[in-house]
Amino acid sequence: MKVKMLSRNPDSYVRETKLDLQRVPRNYDPTLHPFEVPREYVRALNATKLERVFAKPFLASLDGHRDGVSCLAKHPKSLATVLSGACDGEVRIWNLTKRKCIRMIQAHEGFVRGICTRFCGTSFFTVGDDKTVKQWKMDGPSYGEEEEPLHTILGKTVYTGIDHHWKEAVFATCGQQVDIWDEQRTSPICSMTWGFDSISSVKFNPIETFLLGSCASDRNIVLYDMRQATPLKKVILDMRTNTICWNPMEAFIFTAANEDYNLYTFDMRALDTPVMIHMDHVSAVLDVDYSPTGKDFVSASFDKSIRIFPVDRSRSREVYHTKRMQHVICVKWTSDSKYIMCGSDEMNIRLWKANASEKLGVLTSREKAATDYNQRLKEKFQHHPHIKRISRHRHLPKSIYSQIQEQRIMKEARRRKELNRIKHSKPGSVQRVSEKKKRVVAVVK
Amino acid sequence: MSSSRAAESSLLALNQQEELEDLPREYPLSTSEDEGDSDGERKHQKLLEAISSLDGKNRWKLAERSEASLKVSEFSVSSEGSGEKLVLSDLLEPVKTSSSLAAVKKQLNRVKSKKTVELPLHREEIERIHREVAFNKTSQVLSKWDPVVQKNRQAEQLVFPLSKQQSIFAPIEHVVSGWKARTPLEQEIFNLLHKNKQPVTDPLLTPMEKASLKAMSLEEVKMRRAELQRARALQSYYEARARREKKIKSKKYHKLLKKGKAKQALKEFEKLRKVNPAAALEELEKLEKARMMERMSLKHQNSGKWAKSKAVMAKYDLEARQAMQEQLARNKELMQKIQAASESAEEEGGAEEEGEPFVPDVVNEVQVKADTPNPWMFRNHSGDTKEAEVQGDPEELAEPAAQEAPESEEEGPVVAEEILLKEFKERRSLRQKSRLNQIAKPVGSQEAKDLSSQEVLSELRALSQKLNRESHQSRKQELSSTRTVLAVQREEPAGEEEEPLLLQRPERARTLDELEELGKEGCFQNKELPRVAVEGQQLERNPSNHLGVPKEKKRKEQMIDLQNLLTTKSPSMKSLAVPTTVEELEDEERDQRQMIKEAFAGDDVIRDFLKEKREAVEASKPKDVDLTLPGWGEWGGVGLKPSAKKRRRFLVKAPEGPPRKDKNLPNVILNEKRNIHAVAHQVRMLPYPFTHHQQFERTIQTPIGSTWNTQRSFQKLTMPKVVTKPGHIIKPIKAEDVGYRSSSRSDLSVVQRNPKRLSIRHKKQLKKISVD
Repeated sequence: MKVKMLSRNPDSYVRETKLDLQRVPRNYDPTLHPFEVPREYVRALNATKLERVFAKPFLASLDGHRDGVSCLAKHPKSLATVLSGACDGEVRIWNLTKRKCIRMIQAHEGFVRGICTRFCGTSFFTVGDDKTVKQWKMDGPSYGEEEEPLHTILGKTVYTGIDHHWKEAVFATCGQQVDIWDEQRTSPICSMTWGFDSISSVKFNPIETFLLGSCASDRNIVLYDMRQATPLKKVILDMRTNTICWNPMEAFIFTAANEDYNLYTFDMRALDTPVMIHMDHVSAVLDVDYSPTGKDFVSASFDKSIRIFPVDRSRSREVYHTKRMQHVICVKWTSDSKYIMCGSDEMNIRLWKANASEKLGVLTSREKAATDYNQRLKEKFQHHPHIKRISRHRHLPKSIYSQIQEQRIMKEARRRKELNRIKHSKPGSVQRVSEKKKRVVAVVK
Repeated sequence: MSSSRAAESSLLALNQQEELEDLPREYPLSTSEDEGDSDGERKHQKLLEAISSLDGKNRWKLAERSEASLKVSEFSVSSEGSGEKLVLSDLLEPVKTSSSLAAVKKQLNRVKSKKTVELPLHREEIERIHREVAFNKTSQVLSKWDPVVQKNRQAEQLVFPLSKQQSIFAPIEHVVSGWKARTPLEQEIFNLLHKNKQPVTDPLLTPMEKASLKAMSLEEVKMRRAELQRARALQSYYEARARREKKIKSKKYHKLLKKGKAKQALKEFEKLRKVNPAAALEELEKLEKARMMERMSLKHQNSGKWAKSKAVMAKYDLEARQAMQEQLARNKELMQKIQAASESAEEEGGAEEEGEPFVPDVVNEVQVKADTPNPWMFRNHSGDTKEAEVQGDPEELAEPAAQEAPESEEEGPVVAEEILLKEFKERRSLRQKSRLNQIAKPVGSQEAKDLSSQEVLSELRALSQKLNRESHQSRKQELSSTRTVLAVQREEPAGEEEEPLLLQRPERARTLDELEELGKEGCFQNKELPRVAVEGQQLERNPSNHLGVPKEKKRKEQMIDLQNLLTTKSPSMKSLAVPTTVEELEDEERDQRQMIKEAFAGDDVIRDFLKEKREAVEASKPKDVDLTLPGWGEWGGVGLKPSAKKRRRFLVKAPEGPPRKDKNLPNVILNEKRNIHAVAHQVRMLPYPFTHHQQFERTIQTPIGSTWNTQRSFQKLTMPKVVTKPGHIIKPIKAEDVGYRSSSRSDLSVVQRNPKRLSIRHKKQLKKISVD
């Protein structure tokens, strides 16, 4: 009699090394795994709840300044180094890993208005209220040497902002006009002006590096071309823009932080309508900075909070605040896109996680898979009411909360009034203007 | 001040005088008196000025010239005082005659040819133009990023930092040269290698050599180029031709083209049939499919917009009528069931063949004047003559066919197609015949008769002819009384139809469609005759062979009349050619109802609804719970059921639920399934990117977890959108990252060189703009 033996290929169950995971045969027959939607829904709900539980974005506060922090700068080569300028003319260099100040310079008399690093990271520039532009070495002076700038340029007027070119030894300052300086010279190689108001900030485009944007206190944003030494276009908004920031992944997109509590994202080729209006702040927006991935940006506001917006959303996905944080003057997103720093009136620089509930440090592959899965589940069920409610819930300080309510009422009233106006006037005589168009007063060629 | 100016002017005059002294004598210098005069005047003026300056007010009054324009002196040029302007040609006039002033003339001419320079634009205006030009240029530069941005925005996954550190490819030589033999063993090996003169550090081939190895030979390149050129030329030629042909608007041309194509297709089909019958059958199936499609669609039913517009015109416009009828004909033709035709056509064919030899031309002529043949009426009449028709046999046709042969040649090409089609039909009919033989006895008897003797046939034929004539006469009278006479040309073919139809008598009741077909086929009998003759030979071989092959082209023209007649019966086709009668108007309402009935023939909505409601009620009723355990306390197994007593005992009756809300609403189904507890978890509105709820539901219903998916697909499904590496600096995107060439010139150098460049380039652009 022939006996049939059960035989299997050992390759299918024997591990190659003992470090390999045991192979687990699985049956994917859907009848064996019923209720997939309800089960995943529950998982998504749990993931959402856990996200809120673990959302602890505040990491550290760097204190040491003796006046409000007026400007921040990232080191282009080192993630751990941050520079900050204060309202008393002091510049400090911080080490983020140690969370300590590694150097302090009394750079200016009066405010340090602007600070920027050179693209190579060897030196940095500051401008101050004392009408000077100073270049400093990044490394401190050796023993016995005196702390003094590499170069000092004495200007005729106050400089209110500075930015360095992304590739070349050129920097731009703003004040009465936009000046472009060669590092080697003491006079600007070209100065561009359009109108007579003081310009509050100037920014180089990080991709098409010959482009500059500036915003002035006569409510306009002006774009310049450095190569042709000419302004390009001017857009006048409803209220003053405090600063602008270019998207580091999309050459023609920039976002302007405005006094009217909103941020406006523009395509610089079509300035007559903003691509998106980002609203959620309840007071003037003072600073804005893009994430290096170009997918989000962070804004600092006078309402003592910072908010993170996805570029394609008009509402913020996150709001950070602490009891002690006062008006936030400057904000920066670190170049590894993981952290956010903000400098505020009450002399502190705070370090936040860009993703509030993210686990820091090295993740095992299974942890990573789990977080990815949870993330995907949250996305999948984001429209379900319970999940939506939980994921959107944020605690807000009372002042902000009440102001939001108040502004909602005001907005509703405006809307109602407009509707009534349309209703009670001759049909067609009152045109409805879209919210985006309303905010742009004029585009000047 | 004024005195000094006066002095100057006099000096100038002196100079001029000196210059002019070498002028030819023809120009008399008769200015001496004037000179003296003017001197006196000046003195006088000076005096006046001195006096006026005494009072100290008008000290700086300008010297006033009182020179009359008519008094032109050669020493100073002035047009003051006169209304006219000084023109250069005035100056040139005196110079013209003298040849010695050529140089001066040239200079003046040059001046003359030059236009006056326009005023420069305002500074702000210039700046504005500069800005505009610069902006346009910049936005152009920026728009090269559009595809990149688009791609990144839509990307499934973005991994940062974008620029991957490229692995460095070092040629082996470099590696070797950087590496020194240190250990004794290595040194030994190296020595050995050097002894054998192996290339250790030197490359085996120089880069040039490598490149030349890779390259193609010259001939090859040439050939390839020539080939490419030829291909390009051919392509462009074909493209041009296609474009040209496509542009031709002539309908006739396109018609011809289509026909040609059809012919070609048929030829190919024939060839295919010979070579590969299986493939040919497939082709036939395609035809069948086309027919099915036609039956389904409303395409040629004269129900479209175009047809309606034509219908309005049709009463007055012959062309429109024809167009509509053509469309109908097309419909018919497409709907023609090839297989089904065989049966009736068989009979007809027999009739045709039979009729022709016995009906002389004179009779035909008479029939030309005859009224429209009505198939419905035929049927009544032909009832008696059935027997005769049945015996109409193709065999008889052999001789007459031979006589008619020359005629048939006229229609050579068409006949060829028809032969082909006929052959197919033969085959099919053969098949059918065999079937019929088995099924229907009468048919079988027919065939028996087919084979019967000729004497009987001739007798019958004579009889049938007689009958035919009689019936024809009587029908003519009837019809002419009810109908107005139609266009004669149309009637003509229809007239002939009578004979075969009269002769035939179908065994079974015919459907409306079939009758229509019959009528049509009868219509063009006359013209088809030659073809029939040609096929006589084949017919002899195969008595059951039939001639009812659709003859597309002719039918189109001829079938129309019949259809006009049939319009009252088939509502979808509206007759236009037929004069309206009271009868028809009455019929229309009935038609409408009929049509609706036909359209919704299949669905009984009310019953469906009732059924649905019953089902809903059943479903909502609480169900009884059966707790019987088969085999518990008794025998169980296949085919054994638990006893009724036990079942009764363990059946838990469900309590009667509350009455349904739609109990007294016969036309409503109220769904009472809504679960209030679940609502809180359900999405109320369709979220933004989705356009249909099914889309959304599908995304929700596909699980993404590893419980339901394999490892690979799980990873793919849960792929994060943005991946960043901890501790890596993400630089802004660069042109090199995405394969663009970054501008080699640095921004700085451009800035420093800018002013010059500006002036040259921008002037051009400025000019262009200002012209615009």
